[in-house]
Amino acid sequence: MKKNWPLWEVFVRSKNGLEHRHFGSLHAADADMALENARDVYTRRNEGVSIWVVESKHITASNPEHNGELFEPAQDKVYRHPTFYNLPDEIKHM
Amino acid sequence: MSEEQIKNLEEQFEARIVRDDKIEPKDWMPEKYRQTHIRQISQHAHSEIVGMLPEGNWITRAPSLRRKVALLAKVQDEGGHGLYLYSAAETLGISRDEMFEQLHSGKAKYSSIFNYPALTWADMGAIGWLVDGAAIINQVALCGTSYGPYARAMVRICKEESFHQRQGYEIMLKLSEGTQEQKDMAQDALNRFWWPSLMMFGPKDDESPHTAQSMKWKLKRKTNDDLRQQFVDQTVPQAELIGLTIPDPDLKWNEDKKGYDFGPIDWDEFWQVVKGHGPCNKERMKARVNAWEEGAWVRDAAMAYAEKQQERKEKQAV
Repeated sequence: MKKNWPLWEVFVRSKNGLEHRHFGSLHAADADMALENARDVYTRRNEGVSIWVVESKHITASNPEHNGELFEPAQDKVYRHPTFYNLPDEIKHM
Repeated sequence: MSEEQIKNLEEQFEARIVRDDKIEPKDWMPEKYRQTHIRQISQHAHSEIVGMLPEGNWITRAPSLRRKVALLAKVQDEGGHGLYLYSAAETLGISRDEMFEQLHSGKAKYSSIFNYPALTWADMGAIGWLVDGAAIINQVALCGTSYGPYARAMVRICKEESFHQRQGYEIMLKLSEGTQEQKDMAQDALNRFWWPSLMMFGPKDDESPHTAQSMKWKLKRKTNDDLRQQFVDQTVPQAELIGLTIPDPDLKWNEDKKGYDFGPIDWDEFWQVVKGHGPCNKERMKARVNAWEEGAWVRDAAMAYAEKQQERKEKQAV
């Protein structure tokens, strides 16, 4: 009976005030071990103040081949950007 | 997919690389791109892991606590670097187990420099200074490579690597300021590691069949010979500064090319070591295979424990 340790994704908050960011992945038998391994692998030089780990299989990712359908609807909505609106030159900051 | 569709995708793919778009794991990629990257990234990972062995040999015999903590931290970094790289390779669809299997069976290679023995303490200096110095030159060039996970691993590794080279050079510096015996030891380590370090950049350009393809995919940003020249030019003055002599009678400054000319490399030796006939190939592989096999029960026990904990949690929840 041979079972491989599952893969985990590691997210690290480098300091308070910043969001957790994806740092990489690693293998571990369970969540506790994943946290400890993440500490050793990704924060040997004070790179973080908080770590999240999540088993990779729980992540649902979008398919880049469908980027067209997925993101295209945003492309023709220029009115969502401030530059779409015309203002008199006298207004310097708005 | 029809042949024409594939050709179309390939053209778009090459165009993305030309405009410095990064390729990410789920993007379409030519099969050859995938296989070449699996091969190069896993060999790079293996080199980090096997590279722990010659230095691990000296941790318990480091001459002071300062040297010992530094060496320990360096070897731990190498383990970490191996893990970043294995993870990057896994994003291309190969499992960690398959990579270990390829290493243990001899199918996958690793940097042949680690098949040389570390005979004296001065070798810890020479390895940090020369071997890590050469590795940095290779790796800095790879920070801009086209495959996103590989490039990100390289950036992280390069940040950590400069301490490795500095601690090695400091060891050489101290020895060269010491007794005659210590100076001789430093010189002897340089003598043994100089040529194998030059070989780390790989075969000469005209004998390196993959160079053109690798340049295109930004797996290489400069050719083997260019990187080797850069290494020689940067290292010779460092040796002179601490009174050590590069073991090459043909070495001399060439004013025209603003670089050093150096003597011929013994490529027979290089290929012998690559093919498994170096001084330590067997020993290194034996150490890796033993670590893997003798650690199997630990991996199984950890998995069994995790499953038991999970079951207990589920029962309590009912």
